[in-house]
Amino acid sequence: MFRYYLELAVRSLKRSPGLTALMVLSIGFGVAAAMTTWSVFRAVSGDPIPWKSSRLFVPQLDIWGPGNPAGDHEPPDALDYADAMALMRDHRAVWQSAIYAIAPMATPTGVGRMPIPLGGYAVYGEFFPMLDVPFEYGSGWSAEDDARAAPVAVIGDELNRRLFGGIDSVGKTVRIADQDYRVVGVLRPWNPQPVFFDVPDTGGFTMGGPDVFLPFQHALATGMANAGSVNCPKGVALDESGLAGLRRSNCTWITYMAELDDAATVRGYRQYLDDYAREQQQLGRFHWAPNNRLRDVPVFLDHEHVVPGDARLSMLVALGLLLVCLMNTVGLLLARFLRRSGEIGVRRALGASRGAICAQFLVEAGAIGVTGGALGLLLTGLGVLGVDRVLPVWMAGLARIDAVLLLLTVLVALAASLLAGAYPAIRASRVQPAWQLKTN
Amino acid sequence: MKLHPILSALRHHKTGALLIALQIALTLAIVCNAVFIIGQRIEKVGRSTGLVEEGLIRISQNWLNAPTGDDPAAVEQLDAMQRADLAALRKLPDVQEVAAAASMPIQGMIWSGTLGLSPQADNGGIKVAYYYGDERQRSTFGLRLLAGRDFRPDEITHQSSQGKLTAPVVIVSQVVAERLFPHGDALGKTVYQDGKAAAIVGIVGPLQTPTLGRLSALGSDWAYNSVLEPVRLDGATASYALRAKPGREQAAMREARKALIAVDPMRLMPDSWGIQSFTTIRDKVYRGDRGMALLLGLICLILLAVTATGIAGLTSFWVGQRRKQIGIRRALGARKADILRYFQLENLFIAGVGAMLGLLLAVAFNLWLMSRYEMAHLPVGYVLLGVAAMLVLGQAAVMVPARRASKVPPVVATRSV
Repeated sequence: MFRYYLELAVRSLKRSPGLTALMVLSIGFGVAAAMTTWSVFRAVSGDPIPWKSSRLFVPQLDIWGPGNPAGDHEPPDALDYADAMALMRDHRAVWQSAIYAIAPMATPTGVGRMPIPLGGYAVYGEFFPMLDVPFEYGSGWSAEDDARAAPVAVIGDELNRRLFGGIDSVGKTVRIADQDYRVVGVLRPWNPQPVFFDVPDTGGFTMGGPDVFLPFQHALATGMANAGSVNCPKGVALDESGLAGLRRSNCTWITYMAELDDAATVRGYRQYLDDYAREQQQLGRFHWAPNNRLRDVPVFLDHEHVVPGDARLSMLVALGLLLVCLMNTVGLLLARFLRRSGEIGVRRALGASRGAICAQFLVEAGAIGVTGGALGLLLTGLGVLGVDRVLPVWMAGLARIDAVLLLLTVLVALAASLLAGAYPAIRASRVQPAWQLKTN
Repeated sequence: MKLHPILSALRHHKTGALLIALQIALTLAIVCNAVFIIGQRIEKVGRSTGLVEEGLIRISQNWLNAPTGDDPAAVEQLDAMQRADLAALRKLPDVQEVAAAASMPIQGMIWSGTLGLSPQADNGGIKVAYYYGDERQRSTFGLRLLAGRDFRPDEITHQSSQGKLTAPVVIVSQVVAERLFPHGDALGKTVYQDGKAAAIVGIVGPLQTPTLGRLSALGSDWAYNSVLEPVRLDGATASYALRAKPGREQAAMREARKALIAVDPMRLMPDSWGIQSFTTIRDKVYRGDRGMALLLGLICLILLAVTATGIAGLTSFWVGQRRKQIGIRRALGARKADILRYFQLENLFIAGVGAMLGLLLAVAFNLWLMSRYEMAHLPVGYVLLGVAAMLVLGQAAVMVPARRASKVPPVVATRSV
């Protein structure tokens, strides 16, 4: 039956090529616009660590009081030195790490080799198991290494290739900022986007992954400069340069992440943060009631507006276009099906059920959907390639063509055309055979 | 012609008419808002930086073997390295002028602070961006000196970029002068930059601040609050402004790279951000905005085309359906023009209903956008223009099928099929 309906559909579509082309183009463009903008949206709104993001939390403390940083009574999105260290010391989460951005130089051994500028982070050893950071060789460092500020380093895949030609370099020495570090781990290529563990500095997106991770306490001890942003409350300026000034100030420059595995632990941690703030209040440091936040990664990313408004907006507008295309197709299909009322009357009079008529026209709508989907596939491909040229520089390469996108494009086109065909097909199946036969 | 027969005929194809009206409504709502956003982006991209952009080049580089720390010896060494670079660049044949310049408009690297009329922290001062550079910064940027004078070479100091920066004299942009001294007597006055006194020795024309980030988004008003500071910043990073001789921009960039590598090869100065013409910087900075405008424009075009062809398609169907009625009307004495007008009026009615609905949708969409994004009120003019455009679009789309309808001969009335 299906083949017969398909044959009928093709014959009917060929009869009015203009109208058919119109519908195919309409579906094709609508779907392509929606899918192209979705591919960009997907790239920037993705969950960087989906299997764990709801268990990773960012504690925020109101260390500046009402009116700071803005009037919306939200605490700053990073911590100052004193509070970050207090949280680390109390160690109330399963895993936790204070994090600050560093940008030291690596000096390769060998004559005449240029120093390599690095981007990376000073973290605690718990950072690696907490974020499931993938290792190619070796592993992170131990709590003991943290405690005695050991000169150890975890290096990224690219740096390992540049320095050691990509071999297992665990145990080798790398010279960073005029200090020797023992490599304890080499990462697989790892560059989660958005950079959920450092949103305040990156805004969410970076061009390359981190090159190096050093122990927090060792970086502090050697005075390794903070390469991330520093935010100070109104009217406060650092009175001393470098790390020393930062450590003494109440300016924020340290990001913090904690793993809390169930609701009870989360409640407990919330309570702990409030108790901590209350204690600071009693000590006279805070002159205001506790005003803390404990957001998990997805909520925090949303709070930080990591997804650019443009990506969401353009997807919305494209969805509007798809809707208009659908309505357009409904109208044209309706016209086309009802024009064949005579044919429907004859088929019904000869014994075809309403369901059969309905099925016949849905097949026709589906045929348009598949053709439109094929066109949409082509246009989406072109669209994703083209959109890369008009996106901001930092988003370049984020939108990708993959199997999911292609499959979804065809599915959306098919679903859209069937949806558009449903009402006209039902209307067509309601045609009164007797009336049609009489008037003709 | 009366509307009554049109309305009663429409009752027979309610769904089609409704679909067209809804399509027009949605199209109007989307296109109005999209065009408004496009307009805002074009305005943003078109804002003047105040520079003479043609021929301006920015060099920004890291020394790989720079002394670390900010003790006096390190600062002196860094400054000597910087002066050596500047001297080498100045000798190049295609370079007209060279200056130490830590930042440039819109490019991102910013130092900022508060400029007020008293040393207290809460002095009602205004937020400003500091442009650190030497005595040639103003002329290399191509800024016009409106009053006062340039910095004298002996006023230029050099300080560590990591420390607290101060200067006893400043040149302010016109906007800053007017904001702090509304009576136009800014020249020679003392202002306090983050509590430290400085005298205004010159006033220059408009100069945009170096950042377009959230700070200077819509609604903030310090986009042109710029202050020139007579300070060469010494750090592992040093940045210069170069003015090429007319038409020699590319040559000057090539020469500059060669000259700087000859002075000291141990530096990081990649093509992507090391040596760039200001035109390139501008292109990069505004790529996202231009892209968004382009994308929205494209979607609008497709939307209008889809709606127009939809109207044309559905009307042709109606014409086909009503051939007989048209024939009868013609046989009863209706002229071709009457038939034409019938379809035009019918479309005007449907499009009118759709446009009214679209007007409400457009405003609702705009209000929703305002609640979620930094978006201004949609001006009434846009919506009215949109309504007019929709009606014109409808009329244009209906033209071809309506013409065909008017050509139906009266003899059709006498035929049975």
